[in-house]
Amino acid sequence: MTDDVLTVRDLNVAVGGRKLVEDVDFTIRAGERVGLIGESGSGKSLTALSVMGLLPEGLRATGSVRLAGVDHDLVGADETRMSRVRGKEIAMVFQEPMTALNPTMKVGRQIAEVLLIHRTRPDRASARTAAVELLAQVGLPDPAAAADAYPHQFSGGQRQRVVLAIALANDPALLVCDEPTTALDVTVQARVLDLIVRGAQDRRSAMLFITHDLAVVATVCERVMVMYGGRVVESGPVREVFTRPRHRYTQGLIGASDLTVVDDHGRLITIGGSVPPAGHFPAGCVFRNRCASATERCATRPDWVPTGPDSGYSCFHPVSESDVPESGVHKIGANEPGVPTNQEAGLG
Amino acid sequence: MAEQPTSATLAPEPRTGPVDAISVRDVTRDYRRPRTSLRRPSPPVHALRGVSFDIPQGQRFGIVGESGCGKSTLLRILAGLDRPTSGSVAIDGRDITGLPERQLKFVRERLQLVFQDPMSALDPRMRVGDIVAEPLVAQGHPNRTERVAELLEAVGLGADAAQRYPHQFSGGQRQRISIARALAPRPKIIVADEPVSALDVSVRAQVLNLIADLVDELSLTLVFVSHDLSVVRHVCDRVAVMHDGQIVETGPTEQVYEEPRHPYTRRLIAAVPTLGKALSGVSAADLNREYRP
Repeated sequence: MTDDVLTVRDLNVAVGGRKLVEDVDFTIRAGERVGLIGESGSGKSLTALSVMGLLPEGLRATGSVRLAGVDHDLVGADETRMSRVRGKEIAMVFQEPMTALNPTMKVGRQIAEVLLIHRTRPDRASARTAAVELLAQVGLPDPAAAADAYPHQFSGGQRQRVVLAIALANDPALLVCDEPTTALDVTVQARVLDLIVRGAQDRRSAMLFITHDLAVVATVCERVMVMYGGRVVESGPVREVFTRPRHRYTQGLIGASDLTVVDDHGRLITIGGSVPPAGHFPAGCVFRNRCASATERCATRPDWVPTGPDSGYSCFHPVSESDVPESGVHKIGANEPGVPTNQEAGLG
Repeated sequence: MAEQPTSATLAPEPRTGPVDAISVRDVTRDYRRPRTSLRRPSPPVHALRGVSFDIPQGQRFGIVGESGCGKSTLLRILAGLDRPTSGSVAIDGRDITGLPERQLKFVRERLQLVFQDPMSALDPRMRVGDIVAEPLVAQGHPNRTERVAELLEAVGLGADAAQRYPHQFSGGQRQRISIARALAPRPKIIVADEPVSALDVSVRAQVLNLIADLVDELSLTLVFVSHDLSVVRHVCDRVAVMHDGQIVETGPTEQVYEEPRHPYTRRLIAAVPTLGKALSGVSAADLNREYRP
């Protein structure tokens, strides 16, 4: 398709001989919102940082990351070339808004800075006007006064809105969000998520949204990739993946995050064991040491099984349609109506 | 729930009826802000404004609220780490508000805390065995090694964990260490402040199960603080919703969740994203718009 904004092929990130991200492949089209979910140590943040060219020292990325409108590969591009792309074609919203902002600079100037550096506004006066306009777009009351305030004068949610204003300043083709609402309260989170989605929609920006929260990704994104042990183990449309997961890890993750389902003993559904430290995942299928369905076959690496243009999974023992839910699963209270849980979905 | 008040089998003073594990009466707490004017003092911050509730023995009590609502101040006062400006707090029927630190020893034994961030709650230079034994040392208990091994087994870590350091454990395992430490002096009340907020999804369910099991087995009273209503819904029998230093709604968890009465509770529940809501088409804009089904 010609609409492709971000094309990632065979992305690998390694430190020394240890692979942290392995063979990641995906495409995001204009206006499309794609989620990347996984637990800590799964490699999701490293994937985002490789796209941004912000990998910490000592980590090396190989493969290819192409962005529409940029005539070079982002992997291996030098800092001069990357700094022309960053803040203009690609922008990022970070998890911690306090560290993403400069505490010694008024926020209006911080927004104007990205406009002036990339020469999208001719002079300071017009950049300032644009900055106030952006602050209004992210819903800060009295944007002109806000432009003259310092980051410490804002609450966490307001700071995250300032970070979003900076990210949106140059109408980026790709907006990368790395756990943008993890540090926020629920009502503030709802507000910021709404602003992020609207900001990206208005600009038809492609979006890569990283989170460990399944519910957030389902709310925000159309498509989702599930990462574990540095690999994408399953991907597909949100509804498909969350109602009919194929990979055993996805199934476990959905089960463990559903706090309304318990077994015969009133206990929550869990995945056994814990996430190994990065680089210490088992060979073959990375999930096999925590998987109840694992067999000897899983000692070799499962191939990617495509189930659609943007969907597939890599598992030798995928969850099948005829899988009967484990016995003794109970639902607490009346859940939201009309929505199958993964267990119910399994019944068809 | 299964636990009945055990009418304090070995309590020093015999009582007639079951005594509430925690009883909070009309507690307020004001903080002074630094002066910004020479002429007049800064207005005080009212962190808690007339908070009252009772937690019977064996109940699992949830406190829900967003940052700045006063829940941490309330916890500190419950644990005897801070004093209310007015009002009173009683633990097992004994008023702790006026007591000097040396007379709070019984609170330190009866009530233990589990914190949110297991990394900053554990001293990185101490071995796990010493961390878990510390409350026992402080209170002069004998036979510490045996007790530590027993505790580490109880939280599913194995006795050999005692020789290792906190950094050698994952987040979920560290939270298990915090729980073992809290259980060491055989408390009857556990106060957990956002104990699973920092954990990965796959580990969160394990730790919640562990807390539920231990509360059952040891017939503990649990005070569970969280910003996440769905976690509280799973864990607690009763819940109090805090907003702006006050309890705006309290009741059985299921009832508060299904039929919230206070507008703030409704907003809080509406703003929580869930898989179910998302798959039935609720967007971020809907969450923000105080969505009501």
